[in-house]
Amino acid sequence: MFGKLTWSAIPWEQPIPLITSLVVVLILLGVLALVTVKRWWPYLWREWITSVDHKRIGVMYCLLGVVMLIRGFADAIMMRSQQALAIGTSQGYLPPEHYDQVFSAHGTIMIFFGAMPLVIGFMNFLTPLQLGVRDVAFPTLNSVSFWLTASGALLVNISLFVGEFARTGWLPYPPLSESTYSPGVGVDYYLWAVQISGIGTLMTGINFVTTILKMRCPGMSYMRMPMFTWTAFAASLLIVAVFPILTATLAMLSLDRFFGWHFFTNDLGGNPMMFVNLIWAWGHPEVYILVLPAFGIFSEVFSTFSGKPLFGYRSMVMATLFICVVSMMVWLHHFFTMGAGPAVNAFFGIASSVIAVGTGVKIYNWIFTMYGGRVRFSVPMLWSLGFIFTFVIGGMTGVMLAVPPADFLVHNSMFLVAHFHNVIVGGVVFALMAGIDFWFPKAFGFRLHEGWGKTAFWFAFVGFWVTFAPLYVLGLLGMTRRLQHINFPQWTPWLYMSVVGVGILILGVISQVVQLVVSIRDREKLRDVTGDPWDGRSLEWATPSPAPFFNFAVMPNVEGEEAYWGIKLRAIETQRLGPEPQYEPIEMPVNSVVGFYTAVFATVTGFSLIWQIWWLAAVGLVGAFIGFVVFAWRDVHEYHVPADEVARVDRARRAARLALLERIAEREAST
Amino acid sequence: MCPSPTREIRRTRPGRAALLAALVSMTSACSGGVLDPAGPVGAADSNILIVATVIMLAIIVPTILLAFWMAWRYRASNTRVEYLPYWSYSGRIEAVVWSIPILTIMFLGGVIWIGSYRLDPFRPLPSAQPPLEVQVVSLDWKWLFIYPDQHIATVNQLVVPVGRPVHFSITSASVFNQFFIPRLGSMIMAMPGMVSQLHLQADKVVTTFGQSAQFSGDGFADMTFTVSSVPEAQFATWAQGAAGAGPMLDEAAYLKLLQPSRNVPPQAFGGVDPTLFEAIATQKIAPGPGPEPARPPHSGREVSALGSR
Repeated sequence: MFGKLTWSAIPWEQPIPLITSLVVVLILLGVLALVTVKRWWPYLWREWITSVDHKRIGVMYCLLGVVMLIRGFADAIMMRSQQALAIGTSQGYLPPEHYDQVFSAHGTIMIFFGAMPLVIGFMNFLTPLQLGVRDVAFPTLNSVSFWLTASGALLVNISLFVGEFARTGWLPYPPLSESTYSPGVGVDYYLWAVQISGIGTLMTGINFVTTILKMRCPGMSYMRMPMFTWTAFAASLLIVAVFPILTATLAMLSLDRFFGWHFFTNDLGGNPMMFVNLIWAWGHPEVYILVLPAFGIFSEVFSTFSGKPLFGYRSMVMATLFICVVSMMVWLHHFFTMGAGPAVNAFFGIASSVIAVGTGVKIYNWIFTMYGGRVRFSVPMLWSLGFIFTFVIGGMTGVMLAVPPADFLVHNSMFLVAHFHNVIVGGVVFALMAGIDFWFPKAFGFRLHEGWGKTAFWFAFVGFWVTFAPLYVLGLLGMTRRLQHINFPQWTPWLYMSVVGVGILILGVISQVVQLVVSIRDREKLRDVTGDPWDGRSLEWATPSPAPFFNFAVMPNVEGEEAYWGIKLRAIETQRLGPEPQYEPIEMPVNSVVGFYTAVFATVTGFSLIWQIWWLAAVGLVGAFIGFVVFAWRDVHEYHVPADEVARVDRARRAARLALLERIAEREAST
Repeated sequence: MCPSPTREIRRTRPGRAALLAALVSMTSACSGGVLDPAGPVGAADSNILIVATVIMLAIIVPTILLAFWMAWRYRASNTRVEYLPYWSYSGRIEAVVWSIPILTIMFLGGVIWIGSYRLDPFRPLPSAQPPLEVQVVSLDWKWLFIYPDQHIATVNQLVVPVGRPVHFSITSASVFNQFFIPRLGSMIMAMPGMVSQLHLQADKVVTTFGQSAQFSGDGFADMTFTVSSVPEAQFATWAQGAAGAGPMLDEAAYLKLLQPSRNVPPQAFGGVDPTLFEAIATQKIAPGPGPEPARPPHSGREVSALGSR
């Protein structure tokens, strides 16, 4: 009746996962109770759960990403402390069965459910605003994408309490991940969680390629798009190109595991090397799906906080597309030691270092953006400068790893671990932190506390280096990754130092949380009444903060690069706004429950496939399909916002803008 | 004292010595890492690692300094420098910022191309002596070394003669592993149904460690083995002493070894079935069984296999 699922699937005798999951369940119940008592359900349902507004979906993506980053960070704390405690004869506090799940979950959660949702959240929130349009091309599909990602995240976290998670690393290499060597449900949890969220991501890619190609406001030609939008476009192209590879590869592994097929097995013609090739043909572009939008965020930050246009905009676009294309030709550098032969290794080594040309150009262009500027060291700018330092060093160690004979010494070592954290934390996470401080007022109407933001930055920056610099050393000393205990006591000082770094990072995370709490408390003091708190340059700053659900009362008309900067300069020069436009009713997409509904049934399907409860899987699939059919036959898909309502919102915006103009004039008069 | 790569580099290019000394002392090369090579492959690998690092440091240190200097000089409070709110393009700077990385990578590309050929793990090492043949099998979770010419085999213990190349033929009897002796140099994957080649050589007498550098399951942390390089004569004595001394490694003994076990102490076999490696590599002997499949009382969760600590 319930497939492999029995009461013994719950880890009654293992205190760590049991207590953790009890705490998580209690917190969840507490939140649900609070929402019920405060009667927030109708609001949540109407404004968030069924919303198809790209900004709301973007915020939900970011919320999911932040929660999962903290969850993954908890895993990281366990890994670092376990390795520091399990030296010599000691076994630490995590047995291999548990430790192996922890590092697998850490990687999976950080990439798929932490970094990806945050990056996609920024793409959602910003792209339509920067393009001067009211929504993405397929708003309801967007909601489905988000809820499928949330469904995948839920499945990963269910594995903590019911059954187990994969013990194979974040990319489950066969033969280890085949049913012979991993007979439990751990790998299945991985497979279905990633499959379900991967489908969501693929639809996001399609949605944004379409949005950017087809839905720009009048005058917004390709070479006038803000840099972030360009990078979102490149990342979406990569998603469309490579996520099908991931889906197909994981589907083949599932067929091996469920039905005893032989795509990647040891015998009967199976070839595990093929899995490694395929997964990295997705896996390497995935890195650039994360880091390109991060580069976009830095481009916006450097230009805004230097008070100047981005230096070499065309060069930046070229470098972005260059990276986008070349990133698909480098995957083999993840396994030089497979023995592919010198010509193949050399080709992929050179291709990998060629990517550094694109990133190198970007670094120099950011530096020259500051040249002749008036650089303000606000929180986003601190993260960006910290990024240049961290990422350049990460890039250097990356090119070291791209040299095959050097890689033969440090492949899979702690050096590698330090390298990719150097670029993913230093590149992607720093960008996300910068972006959160930068665009928070646009989403919520008030700025984040500056002092706590700076505190968080310094703790994170110092903590990062204290944690990961020792790992470089350990890698050079020969320490490989994923060790549950350490047989070589001479590595002890470096392992201890790394734990100290984690302690500093914890302070950084706490400061970040405090920043949020303090900012919510002081929101009236931090309120952004202008809609343009940073002296911005692209169209999102032309809207009030928070942006109204229809973004723009009338479509902006773009007449050059840096659309909003041009409008603003004209207004400052003439000391008045443009003439009040003729307000017309606006068509907006109606809310839809289909995203949430689909995700509920996707979760049921995923869970039952993991436990091989076939009838329930059928129920889930049929249920999801019914949702699709009902949605396809809908009669009403748009509604009109009356012209009066549009006029009311926009007149308030214009009044705020006029006040801003007067303030600028006063300031200029006084200096 | 530890003969570190510093000395070698200092001979070739004195300018790098200071940087290197810092790098090397920082990583305390004497404690037996990859920057403390004990043979020509390791020395060449680590040399390339260091050369690539130095080339790039020459570029990135000025870049980082430039970034901080730029941010500081053009800080908003510094009104003495000119504000250029429209300046966003310069053909000359563009040419330079594209050229610097391109030239660096072209130079590095040469290093990559030549290095990949010279240090291809499959490529035999130049030597007057014929290489010592060693067949390596990664098992759950230990290493089996077969010396076909000496007719002996060991588990988790590798002994090689100093000054003579060693030709490793490497396969796996279960999942992927990675054969790696940090002080001797290049690592290579051990894969079931396939044989990878690796040529290494020890140039001095050392006792060090080898390990798997590819996660392979619950017993992975103890997949380490001791490596001793000994003078040729001592090696011959050791091999002759081992031959006939321990049990015979035939298929039956191998099948016992094939069962998962953790933290296995070194052991030796005094004789070995000459067709064994071939049978393992071609999977005539089926690969290892993996952990026990889930039993009803533990449905869905793997039972950890045979903890034999």
